[in-house]
Amino acid sequence: MMKGIVFTENGVEVSDELEVAAPGPKQVKVNVMAAGVCHSDVSVINGTIPWKPPAVLGHEGAGIVAEVGSEVTSVKPGDHVVIATLANCGVCRACSSGHPTWCMRSLGNVSQPFTYKGQPASNFAAVSVFVESTIISEIQAIKIPDDVPFASACLMASFIRSDFSVLYVASNSNTHLPLQYQIAGFWGGHEGSLLLWVQMLVIWMVAVSLFSRHLPREVLSRILAVMGLVSVGFLLFMLLTSNPFDRLFPVPADGRDLNPLLQDPGMVFHPPTLYMGYVGFCVAFAFAIAALIGGNLDATWARWTRPWTTVAWMFLTVGIAMGSAWAYYELGWGGWWFWDPVENASLMPWLLGTALIHSLAVTEKRGSFKNWTVLLAILAFSFSLLGTFLVRSGVLSSVHAFATDPRRGLFILAFLTIVIGSSFTLFAWRAPTVGLGARFALFSKETALLANNVLFMVAAAVVLLGTLYPPLLDALGMGKISVGPPYFDSVFLPLMIPTIFLMGVGPMARWKASSVPDLASRLKWALGATVVCAVVSGWLQGAIHLLATVGLLMAFWIFSSVATDLWERVRPEGKGFTEIRRKALLIPRALVGMMVAHIGVAMFCLGVTMVKTYEVESDVKMAVGDSTTVRGYSFAFKGVKDIQGPNYDATRATIEISRDGSKITELSPEKRIYRVQQNPMTEAAIAPGITRDLYVSMGEEVEGGAWIVRVYVKPFIDWIWGGCLVMAFGGLLAVTDRRYRRKTGVAV
Amino acid sequence: MKYLKFLLPLAIFLVLVGFLMRGLSLDPREVPSPLINKPAPAFALAGLEKPDTTFKRDDMLGKVWLLNVFASWCVACREEHPLLVEFSRMKMLPIYGLNYKDERIAGMKWLASFGNPYEASLYDHDGRVGIDYGVYGVPESFLIDAKGVIRYKQIGPFTPESIETKLIPLVQQLKKEAGI
Amino acid sequence: MTPTLRVIAAWLAALFLVIGLSAANANEAAPAVADPVLEARMLAITAELRCLVCQNQTIADSHADLAIDLRQQVRELLQKGMTDQQITDYMTERYGDFVLYRPPFKSTTVLLWVGPGVLLVLGLLGLVLVLRRRSRMPEDRFDAEEPEGPQDQAPAA
Repeated sequence: MMKGIVFTENGVEVSDELEVAAPGPKQVKVNVMAAGVCHSDVSVINGTIPWKPPAVLGHEGAGIVAEVGSEVTSVKPGDHVVIATLANCGVCRACSSGHPTWCMRSLGNVSQPFTYKGQPASNFAAVSVFVESTIISEIQAIKIPDDVPFASACLMASFIRSDFSVLYVASNSNTHLPLQYQIAGFWGGHEGSLLLWVQMLVIWMVAVSLFSRHLPREVLSRILAVMGLVSVGFLLFMLLTSNPFDRLFPVPADGRDLNPLLQDPGMVFHPPTLYMGYVGFCVAFAFAIAALIGGNLDATWARWTRPWTTVAWMFLTVGIAMGSAWAYYELGWGGWWFWDPVENASLMPWLLGTALIHSLAVTEKRGSFKNWTVLLAILAFSFSLLGTFLVRSGVLSSVHAFATDPRRGLFILAFLTIVIGSSFTLFAWRAPTVGLGARFALFSKETALLANNVLFMVAAAVVLLGTLYPPLLDALGMGKISVGPPYFDSVFLPLMIPTIFLMGVGPMARWKASSVPDLASRLKWALGATVVCAVVSGWLQGAIHLLATVGLLMAFWIFSSVATDLWERVRPEGKGFTEIRRKALLIPRALVGMMVAHIGVAMFCLGVTMVKTYEVESDVKMAVGDSTTVRGYSFAFKGVKDIQGPNYDATRATIEISRDGSKITELSPEKRIYRVQQNPMTEAAIAPGITRDLYVSMGEEVEGGAWIVRVYVKPFIDWIWGGCLVMAFGGLLAVTDRRYRRKTGVAV
Repeated sequence: MKYLKFLLPLAIFLVLVGFLMRGLSLDPREVPSPLINKPAPAFALAGLEKPDTTFKRDDMLGKVWLLNVFASWCVACREEHPLLVEFSRMKMLPIYGLNYKDERIAGMKWLASFGNPYEASLYDHDGRVGIDYGVYGVPESFLIDAKGVIRYKQIGPFTPESIETKLIPLVQQLKKEAGI
Repeated sequence: MTPTLRVIAAWLAALFLVIGLSAANANEAAPAVADPVLEARMLAITAELRCLVCQNQTIADSHADLAIDLRQQVRELLQKGMTDQQITDYMTERYGDFVLYRPPFKSTTVLLWVGPGVLLVLGLLGLVLVLRRRSRMPEDRFDAEEPEGPQDQAPAA
């Protein structure tokens, strides 16, 4: 006997008097692990869909194979499967034209694999899943990897099957959408992205459980409890306001298609990576809360927290860089950062996360800054949550914002208030009793890192101020303004100057006490090299500008100071090259990671400065045979032709680029129209390079068969994202330091 | 006393939450007009149905009137139009239409199909008058008093509620002010 | 040459000149607009203005009808000799401060513009105060010294 939900003559009943038959030759018995509730089930109950009772309800499910029939070959007991709602026959007109969900045979294919109180009971729509075990045809059992949570598998399957009876799928997909974008459509909208959030949280929780054998039981349980509570909040949010499995009836013939802007490889990788970062800060947060509750905030705690924070930070760095690179090559406006509220929502946790990593270093080494570190851990995750709120509440207008609903905004705000409010309360309660750690002088590495904390926190606060000022002013009834790139560029960059100056000084300062004259003398060559390189770089580009020089000074300051630090550590002191090698191998990987990450920052600064100052643009009218020359590169218009993509029609131009008479490459910018939503889109064509990108996009067609073409030469722009990747690589090196790989000895 | 500084993050956060809650009921996309209580910008436009007549802003001085921006390609206008037609039957004040960025024939056909609440329509083919009035979407409406000052702007279509609670009382007040 | 021949020669010369000139044009692409300097000024001004329709792009970049109209309007105003400031004022007269991506400095935005500087000063001041207070504390408030690993320190100069 087993439990299930049965539709009977008297309405719906939860019964434990159900039995299921053994599977036939081509059938599979599945133990159901997860099931989606659908309005169609309700329609059976209230009579809108006539169905003969008794019938077991539910038709969206996933589970584990219990038993297979004698002729079943594709699955075996123990396999995790997603259950396809309909058993399409494969040969009718609907099946053969790529619409298996309309199979004419299976819609009427009612069978009676169940017994209810001794009477035969049928399934509903070829399957029943509101029951502990069910019988399905082999063709309905779709095998999935064992580690995919069953709920996510259900949604993903709906996308891949183009199941447009799911409203979310119908709004974000289409049968002609290429497979990778059907998959990415999972997180293309609000509801699915929440499911992605929870999925990421689950992954981090599994990782924490697996890699925390060294943690005391109570600490680990508190950490997992905190993370579990956060996931409860998100699950509740989905259940109450944002169900990704809401149904659409009648089922449309085809979906509204994924927004063409999102039909790009960036879409496949950017959100999951970004979310791994956002959600990853929940781990540091949970560690902080656990420590505050348990009252054991110390250097050991910092040592445990550090690798988790670094990995989350790595993901966030790469995620943000991907988003920016994607905006650059996909949106066709040539820019890569707009200080859009959603971009800011990702930058603020990143700034706080960076401060957190540095603060953790001090707390681990010296036991100092415990309150700072804990506060930063709470703040980093709080800003992740705040970002989630801002994007979905309708408080801010953004190109990224999901469709809004005040109910959703209110829920997240309440959730935010509870999580962050209680964390800050806990902090206020526990912080006064936390010890001060070891002593350090007014001028020391600790001071440099503390100043670094302050600067990053101020930077995050400044971004928050600019982002929230418009709604704040509006809420006070004092008018509506906009705060955009001109504001942020003017206030943010000056903040970065002292921060980057510290990047050179900090690593060279000593713990506990450092002397200014000593530091100055060690850094004098670095300073000299910085000035020379900055001036020479400007001169090589053709002109020296003030702002560019500032940016170049910053970049070269980091390069030179890292080089100085490295040299001090490997200096042979007369013993020759082998001594250099020997000393180099002795440098702890964590320190190498720091140097690499800082070099990444320098590369980023260099890229930003070069492209903002020395970028050249040429807007011309081109007919076949015309060419234009920009900075020595000759761009020749070879012609246009009309092409057809999988879900769009386009006009493609061919531009041949040569330098000094010899051809370098060919670019094919396009103007596309996506057929379903009829959106026009400009696809820029880019020839990337280490020292420059060549960027071409098409404008309108003008008289005489000529086209407006915009040509850019962007120096060093790839160093922006290259720098971010190098930063993340530095983080990877730091996390794989020997300390964390030791199996015995001091607990990690 | 020592404890107070640790309560600072919580305090700042709660203030922020208060603002955000207020913000939930606001629309960040709505652009309020800077022309309220300022003189209506001058214009001289040809009529829609009578292209050889010219309408000037100053022609309307002494009257309280409503300028409604519409277009044949505007979907939301179709929702608003029946309300305007009905309102015009109350004969409370003259309504003039501004046919914005439209083709003359299309505009006239649209009025013929959906009804004509206007005393007359003005033809703003290139949208310049619209720009002068700060029009950024269609439909929009401007209530102008007898001295030629814009007193109210309706962003988006009128609803029965906004006509009842905002427009009619204000029209009555303005007419009383002008003594008409 | 006879008069007729001279006329023919003149026409032929003109013809070759025209062909020659257009052959030169057929190779080097003409600028997209008649006046690139004006265009650059227009784009610089509209790059700081917010498109009111899409609201998340500048008027320089937006493809919305209103943005196209406003760019054309700015071109005309520039041709009439208006300064950048006058054109910005023109926009705010019609659309309010919302249209400016660079918020104006007025009584309602003082906090916004002065805020970052104030936050920085407060932050650094706070830092100095905390450090001074720490340096005056008695030794027993601090943790005992732990032996440090040699790799953490920068090597002796």
